[in-house]
Amino acid sequence: MDWASLAEWTLKSFALIFALLGGFAYLTLFERKLIARFQVRIGPNRAGPFGLLQPVADGIKLIFKEELIPAQADKIIFILAPIITVVPALVIMAVVPFGPPIQLFGRTISLQIIDLNVGVLYIMAIASVSVYGIVLAGWSSNNKYATLGGIRSSAQMISYELALGLAFTGPVLLTSSLSLAEIVEAQRHIWFVLYQPVGAFIFWISTLAEVNRAPFDMPEAEQELTAGYHTEYSGMKFALFFMAEYIKMIAVSAIAVTLFFGGYRGPFVDQVPLLGPIYFLLKVVGFLFLMVWVRATLPRIRYDRLMAFGWKVLFSLALGNAMLTALGVLLADMFQNSLWLWSIPVTTIAFFLLVAYLMRGSIAGGNR
Amino acid sequence: MSVDYVLFGGLALVTILSALGMLFSRNAVYSALYLIFNFSTIAVLYLMLSAPFIALAQITVYAGAIMVLFLFVIMLLGAEQRGQAVRTWWMQPLALGLAGILIFEAIYLIFTHRTSFPPLRQAVGDLGNPLQIGEQLFSNYLLAFEAVALLLLVAVIGAIFLSRGRKLR
Repeated sequence: MDWASLAEWTLKSFALIFALLGGFAYLTLFERKLIARFQVRIGPNRAGPFGLLQPVADGIKLIFKEELIPAQADKIIFILAPIITVVPALVIMAVVPFGPPIQLFGRTISLQIIDLNVGVLYIMAIASVSVYGIVLAGWSSNNKYATLGGIRSSAQMISYELALGLAFTGPVLLTSSLSLAEIVEAQRHIWFVLYQPVGAFIFWISTLAEVNRAPFDMPEAEQELTAGYHTEYSGMKFALFFMAEYIKMIAVSAIAVTLFFGGYRGPFVDQVPLLGPIYFLLKVVGFLFLMVWVRATLPRIRYDRLMAFGWKVLFSLALGNAMLTALGVLLADMFQNSLWLWSIPVTTIAFFLLVAYLMRGSIAGGNR
Repeated sequence: MSVDYVLFGGLALVTILSALGMLFSRNAVYSALYLIFNFSTIAVLYLMLSAPFIALAQITVYAGAIMVLFLFVIMLLGAEQRGQAVRTWWMQPLALGLAGILIFEAIYLIFTHRTSFPPLRQAVGDLGNPLQIGEQLFSNYLLAFEAVALLLLVAVIGAIFLSRGRKLR
């Protein structure tokens, strides 16, 4: 390893982290503005032109707020929990490619921190570790509401992780590689969402649950749990939880774009590599808009229905989707004809309708 | 190569210390956290042996899924504080004896077979490549793979049966 590549890695990591932090700050403004528009309000418009300095004002406010640590809390874990929540959110993006390799100062620089040959597994591993921050925050606060909130949202995350992991298998089977760069490269001609409509749908819903967003925002079910696992947190420690949630929103949108929507691919990317990051950013912003839209539209799901939905509907759908995808890939392989891949959307949508029909009464009825 | 030794020394120290912390902490939640830490350092050891697939599987399965359930049980049962542990007199001597045998065997092997161990990269082979692992699993180790699959299936059925046992009658 030479010094130049070490410097390249360091710079890329810093750039990614600053991009995520800046993205977090402006995502809060984006969300507040959009939600205001959905509710026929104007939204924050006082700090700076069009309210553009609002995130700065929020940051300053949070820094100067008093931080409380409850007397009976487990202090070490109480302080560690927000950190354990933020770190996975920051590092999960390391394997996502932002653009094609570019030439700079005579070096070929890939716009990706590292291209792991087990990239998809890396995402799964980080996602499974990110539960700890929430569990520990809830437990260490030594508060019934916080503990219940922590246990609830982590149970939710674990349950939806299964469907999420199975949704990952679609693109992996179609590419026969776990590397995200190769998954993007395989979508040069066609986005995987066309082969995997059900897979992308499952992925989208389970990521909403995974990052605790509406309509799955159990930790913020105010009428039941006050504020869930972060009831006792204030000041910058609360801001860290807030930050983790928004960075995770960006991260899962980026992963969804990479797996199902062609990543940085778009017209003329091969001729002008710098268009890659722009397409990527536009697609991610589209997904973020969708997330805010869902939050503004749908009411929160009751907890038992949420778990029933995750296990009975989403998990069975994801299992069937993985199996039918494998079948389609196998058929295409056997007959040496990639037209057989089009059997995947047909069979999976049929399966989706079947499951939806069979399950039509069991979720709304709430019979467990 | 010397960088590898330094890294390994540090990691080994962390591994041992976290294992000791797991054994000696008075609070069960702290024990579980030390164990998670321990699993993660072992995953890094796998990474050093250039086996990223196994390393990430270790984190996903052990440090992620299994230990979350451990933490759940500890927190839901309120079993954080160590109560009056039920101990039988033969437990500690037996554990010490077994550990002694293990250490003796490890030291014996290291000092007698030191020169005949294959070099690192050669011994590990192509374990880093998930494609190779898959091919090995579905060809050379198919029987073991299917046996494990069957075992897991039985475990799943058992879990479902146990969790709704009362309603069936």
